[in-house]
Amino acid sequence: MNITVKVWRQKDANSKGNFESYKLNDITPDSSFLEMMDVLNEQLLAEGKEPVAYDHDCREGICGMCSMFINGRAHGPDTEITTCQLHMRKFKDGDTITVEPWRSGGFPIIKDLMVDRSAYDKILQAGGYISVNTGGVPDANAIPISKEASDEAMDAATCIGCGACVATCKNSSAMLFVAAKVSQLALLPQGKVEATRRAKAMIARMDELGFGNCTNTGACEVECPKGISITHIARLNREFLCAAVKE
Amino acid sequence: MSNVVSSSIGKKFFMSITGFFLVVFVAVHLTANLSLLFGPRAFNLVSNFMGTNPIIQVMQPILALGFIVHIIYASILTLQNQKARGSEKYAKVANSHQSSWASKNMYVLGGLVLVFLVLHLINFFWKLKVTGSPLLNEVNIDGEKMENAYALVAGLFNAGTIGYVYSGLYILGAILLGFHLSHGFWSAFQTIGWSNDKWRIRLTVIGNLYAIAIALGFAIIPIFLLIFAK
Ligand code: SF4
Ligand code: FES
Repeated sequence: MNITVKVWRQKDANSKGNFESYKLNDITPDSSFLEMMDVLNEQLLAEGKEPVAYDHDCREGICGMCSMFINGRAHGPDTEITTCQLHMRKFKDGDTITVEPWRSGGFPIIKDLMVDRSAYDKILQAGGYISVNTGGVPDANAIPISKEASDEAMDAATCIGCGACVATCKNSSAMLFVAAKVSQLALLPQGKVEATRRAKAMIARMDELGFGNCTNTGACEVECPKGISITHIARLNREFLCAAVKE
Repeated sequence: MSNVVSSSIGKKFFMSITGFFLVVFVAVHLTANLSLLFGPRAFNLVSNFMGTNPIIQVMQPILALGFIVHIIYASILTLQNQKARGSEKYAKVANSHQSSWASKNMYVLGGLVLVFLVLHLINFFWKLKVTGSPLLNEVNIDGEKMENAYALVAGLFNAGTIGYVYSGLYILGAILLGFHLSHGFWSAFQTIGWSNDKWRIRLTVIGNLYAIAIALGFAIIPIFLLIFAK
């Protein structure tokens, strides 16, 4: 298939960016979106131009690096996938595909399609862990955990920190990410101990880093590659408000 | 505690609590106003009760405060959210997102409802409480003297062309309020953490029914008066 890719080009964090359009011929519909981007970059190199900088790592939907806003949607026109899991068969011959970086005050652009998502790391550092001394492997059934709680905690734990929730949210709110991280720990006995402190510390950090306030539009859960539900945001609100009352 | 109040969830908590309060107010207000459908006697009795009952008098300034807090926090949150979005906007946004139109436009909807509210206060509250109106000439119901509030309301919608304009505006106001409530209702529960997978669906359904009832209930009043109170 022959396509035109309209990509956001920006030299560095301080430069002004703009769109450039490139024509690509003979792309196989079975190639992944990132493979198409690789073909584009080889073509640019052959023409003596600067290749497009974009983040990627695992290319199998588990690392969360491949941030791209494609044709107006985080990770492109499909649900519950990352960009690396998107295939060119989702597009038509002759299409013009618009590719933009995540746009959010919390994720400044580094170059082209690459954004700085270290704000997520900072939120995690504020409390997204449990402080225990790890010894030998504990007995599997020493602490009984209900199936429901473990299922829900595991669902929350599938968050890969990709940032699609922030990228999609009209308020640039990081609540879905923080909710997933708070939930995965608060649901389990090992994480409950520090639940109060954790919710407060992570929310404080999230606010500090300039993310917006959630207005419950639910746009995030639609674009989350892991299908994290906004039910976790209700739990985060509960954890936080209970923490405030206990104080 | 102060950092809790100024946090994002803290501010939203105030939105939610004042929202609940306003949800209750709107329901009470509509119930009282529907007595208009039962004629002058019923409405004048209800409006006299509302105007003299001590609990209602105490609630009035609290209600005003509820509105003010709701509006101020909405403004703060919206400003912060616009700033958080960053300076560069997406060139292309697909509308595949399943979020409701109302949820994305709450501030605008709220603003329009506020414009309507001001008009509404000028039309009725101001005349009843401050300036008075010749239409309000006292009536005598069961030996008790009271203002003829019914004449004031019916008079507004039956004043020829301008009456039609007012009727249109009041119906529009009711619809805007309905949209605002369709997102606001369940959203207030979500914000205080009173929601899960099951309850979210239930609350959205209840919220939508409530919003439709409110919008229809208020819209019906000018229509009814236009037809029957000539
Ligand atoms: S909650 Fe979903 S969209 Fe947000 S960072 Fe985690 S995986 Fe990505
Ligand atoms: S590259 Fe790892 S999730 Fe796409």
